Amino acid sequence: MYKDKLIKACVGIAGSGGLGSNAAIALARIGIGQLIIADFDVVSESNLNRQYFFLDQIGQKKVFALKDNIGRVNPYVNVEAYDLKLNPESVIRIFKNCDIIIEAFDLAEMKQMIIETVLTEFPEKYIIAASGLGGWGRNNTIKTEKYDNLFICGDMISEVSDICPPLAPRVGVVANMQANQAFEIIMNLF
Amino acid sequence: MKITLNNNIETFDNEFLTVTDLLKEKKFTFKIITVKHNGHFIKKEDYDTTIIRDGDIVAAIHMLTGG
Repeated sequence: MYKDKLIKACVGIAGSGGLGSNAAIALARIGIGQLIIADFDVVSESNLNRQYFFLDQIGQKKVFALKDNIGRVNPYVNVEAYDLKLNPESVIRIFKNCDIIIEAFDLAEMKQMIIETVLTEFPEKYIIAASGLGGWGRNNTIKTEKYDNLFICGDMISEVSDICPPLAPRVGVVANMQANQAFEIIMNLF
Repeated sequence: MKITLNNNIETFDNEFLTVTDLLKEKKFTFKIITVKHNGHFIKKEDYDTTIIRDGDIVAAIHMLTGG
């Protein structure tokens, strides 16, 4: 049964914004055993166009608001929440017991930081990153590229900018693809 | 030589290339790029000394802001 495998799995999610909040909720709904989430940011009104938070959570720390929301969906998920800005040292410390790490940052520099840290320090772990999710439409351009234990979800083209903003539909598609890739790895791993 | 670059087969006239040569040849001038060679992560300071040969598998991944 898929549920017996999910309950044994631990997934780390680096960032609790558009990607991280949606991927976490998807994994919580299917019954993931453990989630380790980290972010330093606070929920703001402009986040509500794509992130899994609510109006009355504006001003709250994202990781604690997300932990609450996960608990409202599935109280049996063991959630460890870290309110901090990740760097190579804290990535190693926080995610060392995870089977899979989902990269859910905003900035390309941070995406590269965690990919390099995981590939160097945890070559046996899986990392699922996202690249290219701005704008709208173009469903069939979104895909997953695999390079050994590194997976990249997105269209690999649409960098976020003023004219190509991050919005719920496409960000949600990519976040759920990351969750779906983690699900597939868990089914093969356990 | 023939290599697998970003999951596609590509042919080059050269017998071998360094990572620096390959990035130049492909005009990959992105500031933020992650390189893997035959499954191993390659640090920036090793781009000049890492040799890519026929049959090798290379990934040069450019991450885009957004999330």
